[in-house]
Amino acid sequence: MGRAEGTLAVTAEGLDKRYRGTAALDGLELRAARGTVHGLLGPNGAGKTTAVRCLATLLRFDAGRATVCGHDVARRPERVRELIGLTGQYAAVDETLSGRQNLVMFGRLFKLRAGAARRRADELLDRFGLAGAAGKSAAQYSGGMRRRLDLAAAMIRTPEVLFLDEPTTGLDPRSRNQVWDAVRALVAQGTTVLLTTQYLEEADQLADRISVLDAGRIVAEGTADQLKARTGGDRIEVVVRHAADLPAVAEILARAGDGPPVTDPDRRLAGAPVADRVAALTEVVRALHQAGLAAEDIGTRRPTLDEAFLALTGRAAA
Amino acid sequence: MSGGMSGALTMAAERPVRRSRLRDAAADGWVLTLRNMTHLVRSPEEIGVYFSLPVMFVLVFGYVFGSGMQVPGDGGYREFLLPGVFAMTMLYGMGATATAVSLDTGRGVVDRFRSMPVARSALLTGRSAADLLRALLELAVLVGCGLLVGWQWHRGIGNALAALGLVLLLRAAITRTGIWLGLVVRNPDTVGVIVFPLAFPLTALSNVFVAPELMPGWLGAVAEWNPLSATVAAVRELFGNPGHAGTSWAAEHALPLAVAWPLLLIAVFAPLALHRYRSLSR
Repeated sequence: MGRAEGTLAVTAEGLDKRYRGTAALDGLELRAARGTVHGLLGPNGAGKTTAVRCLATLLRFDAGRATVCGHDVARRPERVRELIGLTGQYAAVDETLSGRQNLVMFGRLFKLRAGAARRRADELLDRFGLAGAAGKSAAQYSGGMRRRLDLAAAMIRTPEVLFLDEPTTGLDPRSRNQVWDAVRALVAQGTTVLLTTQYLEEADQLADRISVLDAGRIVAEGTADQLKARTGGDRIEVVVRHAADLPAVAEILARAGDGPPVTDPDRRLAGAPVADRVAALTEVVRALHQAGLAAEDIGTRRPTLDEAFLALTGRAAA
Repeated sequence: MSGGMSGALTMAAERPVRRSRLRDAAADGWVLTLRNMTHLVRSPEEIGVYFSLPVMFVLVFGYVFGSGMQVPGDGGYREFLLPGVFAMTMLYGMGATATAVSLDTGRGVVDRFRSMPVARSALLTGRSAADLLRALLELAVLVGCGLLVGWQWHRGIGNALAALGLVLLLRAAITRTGIWLGLVVRNPDTVGVIVFPLAFPLTALSNVFVAPELMPGWLGAVAEWNPLSATVAAVRELFGNPGHAGTSWAAEHALPLAVAWPLLLIAVFAPLALHRYRSLSR
C-alpha cells in the first residue's frame, strides 16, 4: 500500500476494459478521498457503470490497477467485498421476498447471527421509512421504496465505501430527496461514497469532487465550482417584458459584456459572458433605463454544470 | 443529523460471526436454500401449477389414454405409468430451475450477491438444495396420488426408497442442466419457451408412456438409451411395477445406467454452469 492510498478510499490507475473491441474504459484515473462523496458524471454510455462494476469486483478489467481502502481490487476481491456496499442502477433486491426478508437474508449473508440480522433489518426498515411495508413483497414497492430498500441492503454492515450507481434515476423529487438525505447521513458517519449520475444537479448537490467521464476516460476533475469556472466564468442575463425588445438588449449586452450575446425568444432572455460582474451589471441597468427598455429580471450567475459539461466534452449531457 | 439516525446507520454491538471458509460456504448455501424455498411459499400460484401438473399427468394418461394401452408383464397401465410420471416431473422441473436462475441473473440479484462476501459456490448449492427439497415435496404428492389410483410398490420399503433415491439423483442432474441453461439463455421469457421443446421429445421418446419394445425398431432403441428411460426402467424394477422386461443391453442394465447417466450429466453440466457463472465477471 502506498502512502497516498492510506487517505484514499478508492483509486484507479489506467483502468482499461474492452467489450468485443470497444473500449468501455480507456485508461480511467480516479482518486476518491476517504469520507467524501466523489461524483462520476457523464452521459449514457460514458462508462460510469462499467467503472463501478470493475471497482466493486463484479467485472475484471483488462489493464491497470484499482484499490479500495488500500486493498488491490484484482488481487484481493474477497477482502474488498467485505468493505463495500453496492446499489445498482436497477434495484438489486429479491422481488418475491418481503422487504424485511430481503434485509434479513442479506444480513445473514454478511454473517450476522439470526437474531442480529433481524434486529438490523428492523432498524433499517425504520430508518428508511419502510417499516409499514416490511411484510409486503418488494415487487409491490414503488420505485422510490425499492431504491430505499436497495440502499438499506447496501448499508447492513456500514460500508467503508458505498458505490451508488445512478441512485435516483427515474425517481420523483420526493423520493430523490429521501435518497439524498440517506446518502448525506451515511457520509456523516465517515463512509466514502462513489456516486455515478447523469444528473448534474445531483452531482452538484452531493459530491465534494466530481470526475467528468466521457468515452471511458476522465476529461475533467475538480469541485463543482472549479468545473463551472473552467467553462469561462460568469454570465449576465436579462429577461425582458416584450420579446420584441431582445435585439436592442442584445446590442447593450454586446457593449457591456465580454463575448457574443445570445438570445432566447421563448424565455424572453438575452445573456452574455462577463469578466467583471458588478461593472457589467451596473452598466447594463443604466443602459436599459436610458433606452426605456422594460426588464422583468436581471442578474449575473455562474454557469450551470450543463454548460460546464458542454464545454468540457463538446456535447450536451444526458 | 439526528441521534436516532446515526444509531440506525452504524452497527454498534452486532459483529459478524467468524468461521472457517467451508462453514461460511455452507452457511451461505443454506441461507440461499431458505431463500429459494421462501419463493415457493410466497408464490401460491406457482405451487398450484407445479403440483397440479404431475397429478394431471397421472389422471390424463392413467385414465384417458390408459384404457387403450398395452402393458408388458402383469399389472395395469397406472402401475406402469407412475414411475414414468415420477421421472417426467423431475425433468419438467428444469424449467423452474432455469427460469429462477435467469431471473436472478437478469435482475441484478446475483450481482448483489457477487458484490458481497458470499461464497461463490453458495448460489449453486443453494439452488440445488432448494430444488431437491422441492422435488421431495413433488414426490410426496405423486406417491400419495399414485396410491389413490391403485399404484403400489411390491418389493419392500427398502427397494422403494432406493427407487425414490434414483429419481432424486435424476433431479440433481437436471438441476445442474437447468442452472447452466438459465445462465446461458439469460432471458427468463426465452427460457420458458425453450424448455418444453427440449423436454417433450425426451419424454415422448422414452419408456414413460409406452414400452419401447412396442415401438418401431430404431425408435425403440433410441427410447431405451434415453437417460430418462434408464431411471424409469430401474425404478419400475425396484418398485416391482410392470414394464421393466426388455431384451436390449440398455434395458437389462437399467439400474447401473440409472446411476451412470445422471452422474455423467452432473459431471458435464456442473463444471459448465460454474464456468458460465464465473464468466459473468468478463
